[in-house]
Amino acid sequence: MKKIGNWHKLIKHVFLIIGAVIMLIPFAWMILTAFKTKSEATQMNPFIIFPSQWRTQAFANVVRKMDFIKLYINTLLMIFGRIICAVLTATTAGYAFGRLKFKGRDLCFSLVLFQMMVPVQIFIIPQYLMVSKLGMLNTIFSLIFPGLVTAFGTFLMRQAYMGLPKDLEEAARLDGCNIGQTFLYVMMPLTKSSMVALGIFTALFGYKDLMWPLIANTNQQSMPLAAGLAKLQGQFSSNYPELMAGSLIACIPMLVLYLLFQRHFIEGIATSGGKL
Amino acid sequence: MKVKKAKKKMTNRERSEFLWGWLFILPTMAGLMILNIIPIFQTIYQSFFKTGSFGRGNIFVGLENYKRLFADTAVWQALLNTLKYAIVEVPFSIIIAIVLAVMLNQKMRGRSVYRMIYFMPMVCAPAAVAMVWKWLYNSEFGLLNHLLEAIGLPKVNWVSDPKIAFISLAIVGIWSVIGYNMVLFLAGLQEIPKDYYEAAEIDGANAVTQFFKITLPLISPTMFFVVITRVIASLQVFDSIFMMIGKNNPALPKTQSLVYLFYRYAFVENNKGYGSAIIVLLLCIIMLITVFQMKAQEKWVHYN
Repeated sequence: MKKIGNWHKLIKHVFLIIGAVIMLIPFAWMILTAFKTKSEATQMNPFIIFPSQWRTQAFANVVRKMDFIKLYINTLLMIFGRIICAVLTATTAGYAFGRLKFKGRDLCFSLVLFQMMVPVQIFIIPQYLMVSKLGMLNTIFSLIFPGLVTAFGTFLMRQAYMGLPKDLEEAARLDGCNIGQTFLYVMMPLTKSSMVALGIFTALFGYKDLMWPLIANTNQQSMPLAAGLAKLQGQFSSNYPELMAGSLIACIPMLVLYLLFQRHFIEGIATSGGKL
Repeated sequence: MKVKKAKKKMTNRERSEFLWGWLFILPTMAGLMILNIIPIFQTIYQSFFKTGSFGRGNIFVGLENYKRLFADTAVWQALLNTLKYAIVEVPFSIIIAIVLAVMLNQKMRGRSVYRMIYFMPMVCAPAAVAMVWKWLYNSEFGLLNHLLEAIGLPKVNWVSDPKIAFISLAIVGIWSVIGYNMVLFLAGLQEIPKDYYEAAEIDGANAVTQFFKITLPLISPTMFFVVITRVIASLQVFDSIFMMIGKNNPALPKTQSLVYLFYRYAFVENNKGYGSAIIVLLLCIIMLITVFQMKAQEKWVHYN
């Protein structure tokens, strides 16, 4: 019996390791290519897996061609702006939807749910026209704009508040707290993990979004990383070491954050169910 | 007297819940209205207009855009491309993810390392992911064709063969989303009480029977959630097509999605009216499919 169990385990690990290798190949190839020269990357016979020398030339070239510092700053400001907005609006609304009974609540919440079902591109033309009318195209504001409020975040926070025990509010009320105080001092501190998940989701949404910055932030000085990569590819479509170096530069910060706070990333998604 | 007082207190409470409730949802609802709900109607409205060139503003054309839409073979081809992409991406990303989740759903060595690796693509910018895959797919110097050659198989034009390119795109989609689906399934599997399996073991059910009779039915609510969100997301495929299929790529007509066409018409050719009509078509299709799935869930989703 035990022997069969061990065989099972072995087969499972073999399967999982093969899968993991397949998952890692694109990352490995990105890194290896980034350190090659162009002729090494496109050499046919013999085909080279490892660079003969770990050169940083491609990184230097790509940083000269594209202001990655600026792209980082823009992305960071966009993410921060969106997180602040999401936390301010979605926690309060989530609490109201999850915990308070009032007229109009269910109708409003169904609008929140509806927003999540609709293809996002349907908002884009009017949003673009709004930002354009405000004269705010190519600014940090335009990057933050679609994330001023978040239906998904509201939904996520509502779930978090609904999961809290009932007598907490009762106790706070008997102590003389009004609803605002109950929210701020009693309930909100209990949803910290969901707020972390909200922050991570918001950051990922913003970081990964490509179409909106392609439309609203076409100026290289105001682009986030995603749009910068698209521009980079448009300009240097065949210099793969440089493109891979650029991709690597764009991916590294989020990957490092992920490796450091892996548990929060994964559990945030596992417990809240996500939409990415 | 006492009753009256209690009643008054109730209404006080109700009033304060009403006021606080609206105060709390007001920013979100105002933003939602301005950013999302009204724009839906504006887009629909816009779809009845032709965008005048050189800032001549909008010209009302009635159903002209829709007439053009229904006669436009490129639109129907794009719809077909989108559906084909979804039909490959959704089932494979779900089946692979559920197999992985079942394997990882027990104490074993390396569990968190596997989980970390499979989830990794999820934190990468799709623009970067697409560039890496484009390089892997490169017909002359790409790693995949080198590997094929090494084992004596002919080269494949991964992204320029119109028959294959949509599958190549779907592979990128699957690779990107497997870990995410897997994490959702793992969370769902954790909810299943262990004694169900113990009872099944006593009854002599093997692993396969257990999977189909216990795991699958009990995980069906998670499955439903994943299917709904994956279908909606895959029908909006854009990033990988935009980044990987160039304007002169012969596979473009056979891979461009509705969202890609929308982007092209609305923001490259600056015909926001026609672009709007295309996205309204996608809205209707997504709505139809979602409503159908909501109806169909009664047949296969088990809530306890």
